[in-house]
Amino acid sequence: MQALPALDARSGRGTQLALTILAVVLSVGAYVLVTLGKTGKTPPGIAGFVAVIAVSYLLAHFVVTRLAPGADPSLLPTAAVLSGLGYAMVYRLDPGRAGDQFWWLMLGLFVFVLTLFVIRDHRTLDAYTYTIGLAAIGFLLLPIAPGIGRTINGARLWIQVGPLVFQPAEIAKVLLVVFLASFLNAKKELLAMATRRIGPLHLPALRYMGPMLVAWFVSLAVLFVEKDLGSSLLFFGIFVVMLWAATGRVSYLVLGLVLFAIGALIGYAAFGHVQDRVTIWLHGLEPKHIHSDGYQVAQGEFAMATGGIVGTGLGHGHPNLIPSVWTDFIFAAFGEELGLFGVTALLLLYVVIIGRGFRAAIARDDGFSKLLATGLVSVIALQTFIIVGGVTRLIPLTGLTLPFVSYGGSSLVANFVLLALLVRTSAPPPAHAPVRGRGRARLPREAQASEPTIATARPEGDGA
Amino acid sequence: MMDRQIRQLAVAFLLLFVILFVQANYLQVFAASRLANNPANQRLLLEEYQVDRGDILARDGRTVLARSRPTGGKLKYQRFYPRGPLYSGVTGYYSVVFGRYALEASQNDFLAGRATELLPQNLVDEILGRDKRGATVVTTIDAQLQQVAARALGSLPGAVVALDPRTGEVLALVANPTYDPNQLASHDLNEVRSARKRLLSDPRKPLLSRATQELFPPGSTFKLVTASAALENGMKPGTTFPNPPALQLPNSTAQLHNFGGEHCLGGAARLTLAQALQISCNVVFGEIGLRLGAARLVDQARKYGFDGTIPFETPFVEGRIPPVSEFKGALSFVATSAIGQQDVLANPMQMALVGGAIANGGEEMTPHLVKQILDADGRVVRETRPSVWGRPISARTAGELTTMMVNVVNAGTGAAAQIPGIQVAGKTGTAETPSGKPHAWFVSFAPAQDPKIVVAVVVLNGGSLGSEATGGAVAAPIARAVIEAALRG
Repeated sequence: MQALPALDARSGRGTQLALTILAVVLSVGAYVLVTLGKTGKTPPGIAGFVAVIAVSYLLAHFVVTRLAPGADPSLLPTAAVLSGLGYAMVYRLDPGRAGDQFWWLMLGLFVFVLTLFVIRDHRTLDAYTYTIGLAAIGFLLLPIAPGIGRTINGARLWIQVGPLVFQPAEIAKVLLVVFLASFLNAKKELLAMATRRIGPLHLPALRYMGPMLVAWFVSLAVLFVEKDLGSSLLFFGIFVVMLWAATGRVSYLVLGLVLFAIGALIGYAAFGHVQDRVTIWLHGLEPKHIHSDGYQVAQGEFAMATGGIVGTGLGHGHPNLIPSVWTDFIFAAFGEELGLFGVTALLLLYVVIIGRGFRAAIARDDGFSKLLATGLVSVIALQTFIIVGGVTRLIPLTGLTLPFVSYGGSSLVANFVLLALLVRTSAPPPAHAPVRGRGRARLPREAQASEPTIATARPEGDGA
Repeated sequence: MMDRQIRQLAVAFLLLFVILFVQANYLQVFAASRLANNPANQRLLLEEYQVDRGDILARDGRTVLARSRPTGGKLKYQRFYPRGPLYSGVTGYYSVVFGRYALEASQNDFLAGRATELLPQNLVDEILGRDKRGATVVTTIDAQLQQVAARALGSLPGAVVALDPRTGEVLALVANPTYDPNQLASHDLNEVRSARKRLLSDPRKPLLSRATQELFPPGSTFKLVTASAALENGMKPGTTFPNPPALQLPNSTAQLHNFGGEHCLGGAARLTLAQALQISCNVVFGEIGLRLGAARLVDQARKYGFDGTIPFETPFVEGRIPPVSEFKGALSFVATSAIGQQDVLANPMQMALVGGAIANGGEEMTPHLVKQILDADGRVVRETRPSVWGRPISARTAGELTTMMVNVVNAGTGAAAQIPGIQVAGKTGTAETPSGKPHAWFVSFAPAQDPKIVVAVVVLNGGSLGSEATGGAVAAPIARAVIEAALRG
């Protein structure tokens, strides 16, 4: 019993080390190619760059093996590749911004390590349900606060404290997932109770629809007050997905879709910019729009079309024709310079994180861990889908960053916190769980319900 | 219990990513070419302006007609025309907004370095990380002759075309008014748009070359075609025709008069064909036209290229003559067409080709502007070989016409084209226009026994002489200046 997970953890260490080294090679390779493509010379100070990237990635790797033995070995390296490629692309698009991005990457790795260090057992978070929930709402609505709230590009998403400007919504989304995992785990039986049957649907009693209505109102508030379509959509999506995961009730999915439709209609009726996004989505390439409001979307499509299957090569395209290419539209830059091959690789990297995250969710025994992993993975999956779908004109464009890749400190740092929690959840929790508060009363019940033999036998499959 | 939902979620998210993958395929494979070629996609333009586009040179290989200059801007190179207006009819323009024109358009594959012949050099440049370099187009234009022709034409509205009749090489191509292609090649888009607007609203249509693209009644220079038809159809230079003071046109009350209402050759009873050409007698040529009939006249004009398709590297509109069917029941039109009026139209390039065929023993050479293409390292990748476009007349007819044209210059209407020591052959034309100010024409070649150059000139609405203008007085001196420069050069 004891020997099996230990053996697995050791082989996992080897795998993660190999993958991390691969991540270093890919990141440095992309950076060198970008500089070569732009200037025809290898970048100055390349040795220092290699050293810093290698040391910080490997350090993060050793911290994972020390602090989260048995954690999924592919999560950190995959995120590392994405961040490395993202940094190289930001450098290629605007070297002036690359310095910021580099330090944010370092800060992200630092908070990644810090999160793993502070949270030795993610289940301890289960004890602070409402504290975390309130914090999430607080962060979410912080930009509204007078004095520190800042409006950039028409959206009130930023706060400024001293010289520091950041998007609290990025932190809020991680806190929200933790809160929802804890809250829904506690209330899932209650919420799953079908009290009334209308047609094929089991509708919950009105009082149990409360949480969903709250989530709906919060999402609408984000849309109305902060004019942030992307975050609004993302929050509501995460909520519906987690509620469904917790209860398995199709009625919640249907209810969620209905509320989403109503919210979308309200948004469309109330806001010019929502109407604009839909118009651009449908008619962006028409002469009336292509040089004005549809310019960004059109240029994004041209970038990908010009890139074709193999791309122009790093540094050889013109992705800078796309406004704000380094944040929302960085996917199109990859499409232009690395082609369909490149974007397929990017999408597959996300699929790896998502797949391994869900695997971790299934591997854990307790409902909180399952919901936490599911929620964290859903953030990555939905956010990637919403922004990539928007950039490729599959759906109307709503501004979000491409996780780990886009330029932006708040997003990068928050995603590394998210990654740390996912890595933590993927590792078998300590047997002598230091669970406190209300969580202590719940945990044994969960443990009894599950079958420990299956839980320990499962990692064997990892080696195969 | 939650695991079921988690697995379903995993499948759902995988599906979302499959949809993204399909959409990426749509954009980058299936719709890629349509999207990439959208005119609003500046990438193709930027890519194009990344190329160090090749030079366009005069035949000496040194005089620059067009070249590229690095800008340091977003568009890496800008086109520069050192003698812009002088060569605009040859080079055309290369504009960010309005695309390419004339040689810049027809030679684009070479200038932009895209032709297959340039692949080896492209490969080397690619390996060395150099910008793609375009090939150099060496034209047949003689820089000195071009300047002489432009100076001789001065500010008169009209055009001058000089060819080598033996090869079809265009030696000079001048038209007034002209335009400065630099204005259209500017990277200041507003400047380009306003320049283009100005050029398009100019009633004189400076963007259309009067040498090759616009058409005018050729007047008596067309008698060369009529005379060709006569000689090809059994008449001789000595064949005589009645010489009334005016010709009563069949089925019509109208009469055909001579220039200035004169009676040809002091009222002689009969004139030979040669005499009629020498003094450009309308009445006799009207009779010749009627005797030939529409079919033979139209057929001869078409053999010279009228209404045909003669290949040329810049836009060229061939001469026009109405189809035979339009002469049916309008016999008088045959007489008026035979003297180059009515609906017969031509430009100096077309008339130079007629003169060239006579000069070259009946063989009409394909006109061309490109002498050779050199890659960026100076190797010849393509060379234009002279080719025969057609044989409108026999060598004998050509010889007889040459003799007649020599007489035109030595003792007829074209005396102003005489050059001491060089025998010039020519034909004048004074085409009536509705404005009353005739177009003055002159078609000539020299030396008559071994022609090395053919020059066609038109001066619209008589130039400075206005209604008093004749081809002999206004156009012939311009042709003489060009011939003299070419042969004495």
